[in-house]
Amino acid sequence: MSDPVHEALDHRDPEGARVGMWLFLLTEMLLFGGLFLLYAVYRGRYPHEFASAGKELSHVFGIANTFVLLTSSLSVACCLTALQKGQKRLCMTLLAVTALLAVTFLVNKWLEWGAKIHHGLYPGGPGLIGRPPGEVLFFGLYYSTTGLHGLHVLAGLIVLVVVLGLVAVDRVTPDDHVLLENAGLYWHLVDVVWIFILPLFYLTV
Amino acid sequence: MSQHEPAGADARSYLDRQGAGGLWSWIGSVDHKRIGVLYLTLMVTMFWVAVTIGILMRIEQWTAGPTIMQPATYNGLFTVHGVIMIFMFVVPGLPAVFGNFFLPILIGAGDVSFPRVNLASWWFFVTGALLAVLSLFTGSGAPDTGWTFYAPYSLRTGTNVSLAVFAAFVLGMSSILTGINFITTVHRLRAPGMTWHRMPLFVWALYATGWIQVIATPIIGITLLLVIAERFFGIGVFDPAKGGDPLLYQHLFWIYSHPAVYVMIVPAMGAITEIIPTFARRTIFGYKAIAYSSLAIAAFGSIVWAHHMFTSGMGEAANLVFSLFTFIVAVPSAIKVFNWTATLYRGSIELAPPMLYALTFIFLFSLGGLTGVMQGALALNVHLHDTYFIVGHFHYVMFGGTGFAFFAALLYWFPKMFGRMYCRATAVVAWVPLFVGFNLFYFSMLVLGLMGMPRRYFDHLPQFHTGHSVATVGAFVLVLGLAIFFGNLVKALFRGERAPADPWGGRTLEWTLSSPPPVENFAAIPTITGGPYAYNPGRKA
Repeated sequence: MSDPVHEALDHRDPEGARVGMWLFLLTEMLLFGGLFLLYAVYRGRYPHEFASAGKELSHVFGIANTFVLLTSSLSVACCLTALQKGQKRLCMTLLAVTALLAVTFLVNKWLEWGAKIHHGLYPGGPGLIGRPPGEVLFFGLYYSTTGLHGLHVLAGLIVLVVVLGLVAVDRVTPDDHVLLENAGLYWHLVDVVWIFILPLFYLTV
Repeated sequence: MSQHEPAGADARSYLDRQGAGGLWSWIGSVDHKRIGVLYLTLMVTMFWVAVTIGILMRIEQWTAGPTIMQPATYNGLFTVHGVIMIFMFVVPGLPAVFGNFFLPILIGAGDVSFPRVNLASWWFFVTGALLAVLSLFTGSGAPDTGWTFYAPYSLRTGTNVSLAVFAAFVLGMSSILTGINFITTVHRLRAPGMTWHRMPLFVWALYATGWIQVIATPIIGITLLLVIAERFFGIGVFDPAKGGDPLLYQHLFWIYSHPAVYVMIVPAMGAITEIIPTFARRTIFGYKAIAYSSLAIAAFGSIVWAHHMFTSGMGEAANLVFSLFTFIVAVPSAIKVFNWTATLYRGSIELAPPMLYALTFIFLFSLGGLTGVMQGALALNVHLHDTYFIVGHFHYVMFGGTGFAFFAALLYWFPKMFGRMYCRATAVVAWVPLFVGFNLFYFSMLVLGLMGMPRRYFDHLPQFHTGHSVATVGAFVLVLGLAIFFGNLVKALFRGERAPADPWGGRTLEWTLSSPPPVENFAAIPTITGGPYAYNPGRKA
């Protein structure tokens, strides 16, 4: 820490920061890729059971959350443009809106999981006992995938709030905004993954 | 020997006291050189832990029946030996130690692209190592699944698998961050004039390794998380009782873990490629062939994973395809071996300690590689699967290959890293028991495997007794060699002669710096005007 030569490097190369972020996003996609691979194999093996299990998920929650996330992607994209144009206050407002939408998503998810668990639809739960293996696997994958995605929403939320703070204290500025840009990229990734989750789990029929 | 005064000879070395000094100036340092040394320290420590476990297993095999332990203990020991050696020594070994220390220097940069991420990566490594060690002593016993954590056993066993699996996950994050950092550094921080084809070949190897780390590691990440989820919540994806398919676990595991063996070997090959031209005093033969064969290994290495599963019941078509790819992936490795030997041809060879170990690497790695190709043949594979032949092959590649390359690289770069020269004669003396013990030990394993000795058994039948005795004797000779080797280096750290800037007559950038290098590496970022191995004037490098 005593060494400004090495410390300074982090900020000198925004292009490098972007390269690093895209590589990181690649690893995130591959992380979810493993789950999607399992989904593909099991859906191929149990097509009817996946279809019938998918009917039990709530379209209302799924589509509401899609709307929430897509709107948040719009607001995070706008906040970058706002900062680039020097409108710090607008940027902060839009970031706050994005963070609020992230919270909304998580609350929805909480209610949705709660309803499922209330009906005993969880791994080893009474609602799943005696069901065919395809349906058990469907719910196993549903909880793993949306759970991992939920953790990413949470991580994204924390990042957004931190960046909001950094914009407020002028550590992220119109001239040096790669951090905000990268936070936005991460948020878009969270969104993109959800775009795949929605049809795979909620729209199986 | 370099006659001119090295650049930055008067500058502060990275080893000199910084700021308030003390432990924090190391474990909180974002200097890539200090981080490299941190990795080296921790890794060598973990290496010795795993060596000790290995020796305990060899003592157990000294007689038939229980010798010093019960079967359950043996199961725990081979699991922990594997987990430590794989995830904490051979996978991160060369990239994390020598990659961190030399990658920026070799391309003429001041540091890696993300110095703080680099430090975070080391902290992930420490956390993973601590968790792994903790998994041995807490819960209900050391994990006993083998380092592969195969389902469904890993889902059912009552031992401390969850913690060990989580440790591997954390170590994976460390590996991903290092990979991202190195790729970005190579793209963004090359000095002016350092074109892609002027980069030292160790850098090419690290670049290819970075891509494997970035692409393959997330797959093991999600797989390990699912094992934990399965153990805690019973989600069923790998559990046959719930309709899951354990074979899918094997696929996902090897989609990472086969490329991971190239994470282990490609940087080792890169280090050897630096050492050979230095001591043959010749430009490397076939620069581009070596550079692109690293990428070819990275590419083909990602589509051969299922050759670990020929006996798992995948079906004929999959077996044939993966067998074919397995033969193909041997080609780029062979290209490197031929290029190294061609570099030696008509060279002015100096058999200094690093060169001795590098040549040993070529010999042992070739044996390891060829025994690997044998297993690619489907018919033979059925006979060899899960025998000591696999264990022997693996140790020839990973210890004879990566391990000896690590030793060679350590001998080559030690004077640069620490500014001290070790006793060269002792390094050569250590080589004798290392080489003899190694071959006694692991060649016996190859033979035992062909005779039918299964791996992971704590006991053996009378017909295997001679083979096991030879292997155990070999193991003790090998450890003697290791003790002399590391003893020599530790002694040199404190009492070694001051090393000059360029003790070997190397031509790459690190030898233009003083030993040990200054904090900022280069006083001014150099401009590169030629290839890395300028030994033959008049010939294009």
